[in-house]
Amino acid sequence: MSYASHLRCRECGRCYPLEPVHVCEFCFASLEVSYDYQALGRRISRQRIEKGPLTVWRYSDFLPADREQAVDIGAGFTPLLPAQNLGEALGLRRLYIKNDCANPTWSFKDRVVTVAATKAREFGFDTLACASTGNLANAVAAHAARGHLKALVFIPADLEQGKVVGSAIYGPTLVAVKGSYDDANRLCSELTDRYPWAFVNINIRPYYAEGSKTLAYEVVEQLGWRAPDHCIVPMASGCLLTKVWKGIKELAWLGLVDWAHTRMSGAQAEGCSPIVEAWERHSFNVRPVRPNTIAKSLAVGNPADGYYALKVLADSGGSAAAVSDDEIVEGIKLLAETEGIFTETAGGVVIAGLRRLVAQGRIQPDELVVAFITGAGLKTQEAVLDRLVPSLVIEPHLASFEEAIAEHREAVAAGRQTSRGESHG
Amino acid sequence: MAKQRMKFTFPTELIKEPVIYRLCKQFDVVTNIRRADVTEDRGWVILELEGDMEEIERSVQWVIDLGVRVDPVVGDIVEG
Repeated sequence: MSYASHLRCRECGRCYPLEPVHVCEFCFASLEVSYDYQALGRRISRQRIEKGPLTVWRYSDFLPADREQAVDIGAGFTPLLPAQNLGEALGLRRLYIKNDCANPTWSFKDRVVTVAATKAREFGFDTLACASTGNLANAVAAHAARGHLKALVFIPADLEQGKVVGSAIYGPTLVAVKGSYDDANRLCSELTDRYPWAFVNINIRPYYAEGSKTLAYEVVEQLGWRAPDHCIVPMASGCLLTKVWKGIKELAWLGLVDWAHTRMSGAQAEGCSPIVEAWERHSFNVRPVRPNTIAKSLAVGNPADGYYALKVLADSGGSAAAVSDDEIVEGIKLLAETEGIFTETAGGVVIAGLRRLVAQGRIQPDELVVAFITGAGLKTQEAVLDRLVPSLVIEPHLASFEEAIAEHREAVAAGRQTSRGESHG
Repeated sequence: MAKQRMKFTFPTELIKEPVIYRLCKQFDVVTNIRRADVTEDRGWVILELEGDMEEIERSVQWVIDLGVRVDPVVGDIVEG
């Protein structure tokens, strides 16, 4: 059962019933789901959780929707992998990768959309909607199909065909919006007021956002009911970072894990880093930017939760880093070559940000660190395409192969020699 | 009558300009400020505009043309 009790304004604290509303009528700040933690505390235990299904619905007591009625395509309970090879490369002794590429539509958005779709059906909506350039659109289209809901997905008119397929296959109504990114934002905001749809990240957003907490619950359980020392999370709207933090705190409040003073750090791409820019100014005032980065899944120029993410960074003793597009590609390659995980650009941001923060001494070598990899690399192949060519091209006979492989081995050895020389120089 | 909730973000050069006052004078739109944070070099205002929908859209375009950034109060809606 759900222990959600009401919605609460994050600024003025006014309370609202659990309805499809997302903004405080007084101060226009966003609303967040509150729970009856006393009742939940009497019922919850590690054993109760461990008896649940191997999906996000294992943690349904902490979610604002009913597990029995869930629109469930199997989101969650993704692998938490010890990353010794990558840890050695970065100088970390206890690094783990939370691999959310393993979700049904290959990104963490399945976590939030399974909760949003379930809640939308509880509210009696027959249409699930979103505006997205990729991951969110895929997740909404897939869950709508499973949940017998109509799906309306707004995409930019110039979106690459390859990115449309991952949504179109589930049969939604795809609406290509001409004009700028800002135009599309304003249009979608107006549509919510006019049409009776469950727009997952607008009128259902308070419920939708809670799905991200399951990342924290899983990590803690997979570590043997232990909270990490340090989490590094990609930041777009900033919501994911705040919810991972909320999830860890809830487990600590309820006595399911010892409070470990987990530090939360965030990473963004330099081409869209309004939260990191504010962090470096020592300000909580986020200045909107126009995104220009290969990390499209993090390209949120006006982050709804930027202020709250900054508060979490500060309150938890974490830090933040913005990395260049070249570093993002290097991060993608490094994770693939060391741990066998092919991530999309957001994961490249996390690995490059992690490398930066370790080099700066903001993350200590002995800390138990979890890096959150939120989406799979096949979705953003264009980011690495021009850097990946066959190592060898040969004629179809043995002599050609042996000549080429010998040259290749020499080149690799020379390359290693050079990089060793550089690193010691 | 329509209502629109907006966030206006002002660049440094417009901080001293009475933009919202001029908006009310030039367009048949009622403004209702709910939250704001303005410093000497930057500022944002969250407000509601009420009036005929076309008049609201014209007034918003006028503000954008002045150099003010206009966003939905819920932040960016188009996500990755």
